Amino acid sequence: MLYSPFSRSVRLGIKSLFLHKLRSLLTTFGVLFGVSSVISMLAIGEGASEEAQEQIRQLGSQNVILRSLKPEDDPMSTQTTRSTSYGLTWPDFERVAETFPGVEGVVPIRNFVQEVRFEDRVLTNATVMGTTADYQQVTGRILHRGRFVGPFDDVARNNVCVLGYEVARYFFAGEEAIGQAIKIGPEYFEVIGVILPRVPIGAKEMSASISITGEVFIPIQTGISWFGPMNVELNSGSRTIEIVDLHEVIASVKTADVVAAVAAASRTMLEREHPLHDYEVIVPLELLARAEETKRIFNIVLGCIASISLLVGGIGIMNVMLATVNERTREIGIRRSLGAKRHHIMMQFLVETVVLSVGGGILGIGLGVLVPYLVEHYADMRTIVTLQAPFLAFGISVSIGLVFGLYPAWQAANLDPVEALRHE
Amino acid sequence: MIFFSRHITQTKTLAVVAELDNVTRIYKMGDTEVRALDGISVKFSSSEYWSIMGASGSGKSTLLNILGCIDTPTSGAYRVDGKDTKSLDDDSLSDLRGTSIGFIFQSFNLIQQLNVIENIMVPTFYRDQESAKSIERAEELAQRVGLEDRLLHRPNELSGGQQQRVAIARALMNDPQIILADEATGNLDSQTTEEILELFSELHAEGKTILLVTHELNVGKRAQNILTLNDGSICSVVEGNG
Repeated sequence: MLYSPFSRSVRLGIKSLFLHKLRSLLTTFGVLFGVSSVISMLAIGEGASEEAQEQIRQLGSQNVILRSLKPEDDPMSTQTTRSTSYGLTWPDFERVAETFPGVEGVVPIRNFVQEVRFEDRVLTNATVMGTTADYQQVTGRILHRGRFVGPFDDVARNNVCVLGYEVARYFFAGEEAIGQAIKIGPEYFEVIGVILPRVPIGAKEMSASISITGEVFIPIQTGISWFGPMNVELNSGSRTIEIVDLHEVIASVKTADVVAAVAAASRTMLEREHPLHDYEVIVPLELLARAEETKRIFNIVLGCIASISLLVGGIGIMNVMLATVNERTREIGIRRSLGAKRHHIMMQFLVETVVLSVGGGILGIGLGVLVPYLVEHYADMRTIVTLQAPFLAFGISVSIGLVFGLYPAWQAANLDPVEALRHE
Repeated sequence: MIFFSRHITQTKTLAVVAELDNVTRIYKMGDTEVRALDGISVKFSSSEYWSIMGASGSGKSTLLNILGCIDTPTSGAYRVDGKDTKSLDDDSLSDLRGTSIGFIFQSFNLIQQLNVIENIMVPTFYRDQESAKSIERAEELAQRVGLEDRLLHRPNELSGGQQQRVAIARALMNDPQIILADEATGNLDSQTTEEILELFSELHAEGKTILLVTHELNVGKRAQNILTLNDGSICSVVEGNG
């Protein structure tokens, strides 16, 4: 096998390339950067879209989310107290729950702007959400400890709350949260459960600072009873009073194929009931489809950029090979006089270009895997190097060698032996 | 024309390996035609030693190219082993060069990036069948030309005489019938020239047909037969020159 024609061609090809080490190395760089940019762009693109899809999926692919939308503020308003009433109403909620076919569960969500504190620790921007027992099932959230708000809590207007994991950790730092009493606004609530966050706790350490965001769930009727129908926001020199029945209504459907129908029905219903358009309908499944489309376009754009860099690398190779053919014209003449046929000469130069481009390709795969790794570590972006990417890049680099090596090799093969031998 | 036909009966009995039959080669240079060869007819038989002489511009190089099958006649026929080169395509001509002709050049023409043993083996690269025996044969040939201890040297590490020995070993690699030497001693000193010519004589004795192109009379005289060209035509043929 040591002297099989192919392995010998490769060996001798490498030998010829080593005659001009620097030139060969620089030529290889063209392909190296092309291939590594293909791999890292794919990895970054894949990571970004995966992250977006993950977020959308967490909203629930079988859910339709109706959300209250604050109408545009009048910028000319000089009133110090602004009062607005907008958004989804209880009748909207009931229509969705009772008349829409295919809807399995519906939960209302009402946000309360209240300070949350435990002893001397204060959360100023925690989201206090009033909801019902179905919330956990509809959103598929997972409890860490204890239980979620039950139907009886709502009926009895119990002062109970479920804390988001980050909130529990901030307040109780590893101690038992269940059974403790925290203060929401002026009232005390008993902690009955801790719920895991939507996004898995990643490598990034949550800093236990005041700016921590977190969720606190309470029974919706308890919230309305204690905090009333208004949310009051105090800004410097002005007061904003908002009257909102429900901030969000999440409907879950039995199967994914009725999502579109429920979404359309919701839009029609809200269109009729809310001429001011103080709502939005979020359909994660639609977002998912849109994200797929975005990803596709993204990939095409990245692919084009990467192909340009590969093209540049290929032209570099071709340029060098043309120079090489010219330099080695005499060698070609010698080989022809010793019995080499045109295809032998062709093969010799093709092997050399492919060795160059594959060498660049292999180094490029190394760099292309390293770059996403560095990006992930230092730029804190998610990247995914798919298994196909290195194979794709390798295939591309072989093709580059073949395509851009073809013309110089053809030129070499078609030299006139007499002329070639006379060449100095 | 002068004919010495002492060995005429002997040459007649030998097989003709290469035959030029009224060969003409015309080059077109712009509008003018250059008749590099004009009606050359000559037969080369096995185990003959010929030198082809003539001043520069006499058509020696053109004749050599045609004899070496890297060029074909404009008219007339050149037959090697009975095959007319004009009817052969490029691949068949390459095959013919690889199997029947061994080239030796004035400037040695070794491939710089290959070492001695690889250079000797180059002609086998283009043969269909090839085996581990090729290495053995290459080593034998290297030994024969006295380079057995230089096998892994590059051409630029060898003297001119050594390089020409490599070239001779390379020419013998495929065991061709015809050895075509183009001013093979032109770049060598007289001592080395003598050694190389000695090698040619040995090869001749072994039955190879040797065609030695030269413009040096003392080199040409070593051959059995001398063909002299002038202005593309045969000026004289001296056969059986001692």
